[in-house]
Amino acid sequence: MLGAISAATTTFDVPANIAFGLLAAGMIFAAIRVVTTNNIVHAALWLVIVLGGVGMNYLLLQAEFVAMTQFLVYLGAIVVLFLFGIMLTRAPLGRSDDLNNNQRVIGGLVGLLLLGVIGYALIDTWGADKLTFSASEVAGGTSTQLLANSIFGDYLIPFEVVSVLLLAALIGAIVLARRD
Amino acid sequence: MLLNQFLLLAAALFCIGVYGVIVRKNGVLVLMSIELILNAVNINLVAFATMSGLGGQVFALFVIAVAAAEVGVGLAIVLLIYRNRRSIDIDELHELKG
Repeated sequence: MLGAISAATTTFDVPANIAFGLLAAGMIFAAIRVVTTNNIVHAALWLVIVLGGVGMNYLLLQAEFVAMTQFLVYLGAIVVLFLFGIMLTRAPLGRSDDLNNNQRVIGGLVGLLLLGVIGYALIDTWGADKLTFSASEVAGGTSTQLLANSIFGDYLIPFEVVSVLLLAALIGAIVLARRD
Repeated sequence: MLLNQFLLLAAALFCIGVYGVIVRKNGVLVLMSIELILNAVNINLVAFATMSGLGGQVFALFVIAVAAAEVGVGLAIVLLIYRNRRSIDIDELHELKG
């Protein structure tokens, strides 16, 4: 049974790689548009493509629950929050030329240098290592089951702390933004 | 699929986010660039979770929750800056510079 499943996953390798290539090209183009476009609403909409692509990558990595959380939280909530922020700060809705400062050259240099260093380190360390999906195969069960077991087992206290953090952030945002 | 293709994609997104944080001067756009950086880190966490236990996926969920909190408080601060100064140009906020 396990052998049949792993044989099936190897035959899905080529379509998965094609899907990854298309996703990666689209995501990088959209991310570059987020940081270079002159229209602030378009930046938020390009961000939707990047965040959706990240969710698709989670699906390729067989992390279904994280992918669905990404779609719900990011595409459903955070992008809407950004659009509210754009609306409430009365940003210019069309093109505007004063969204960037004059640090383009140094920003590009820092970005490229960082990409070079990280890329060299990654290729040097991981080379052509293949993804094995060993974690879910060894333990058995679907990855959502295993994820629930580890959230409500090993990581129960951090989970509760995150809920307190969300409450604190909610109250803090209300206190900051209310008019009085 | 190779492990490295996900890690390199995440590295590219991270560097684009860093460029955005340096170059943009509108507060909301800087927050969007920070979202790019957080998502790049999440791709790394989920990619490594395929090999070594599901702790990486749990931490990706925690990062999503913390990012939601960060955006909420960050946008409230940007709104407050707008209300006090009628502009969210963060290059003009230089009272701390001696």
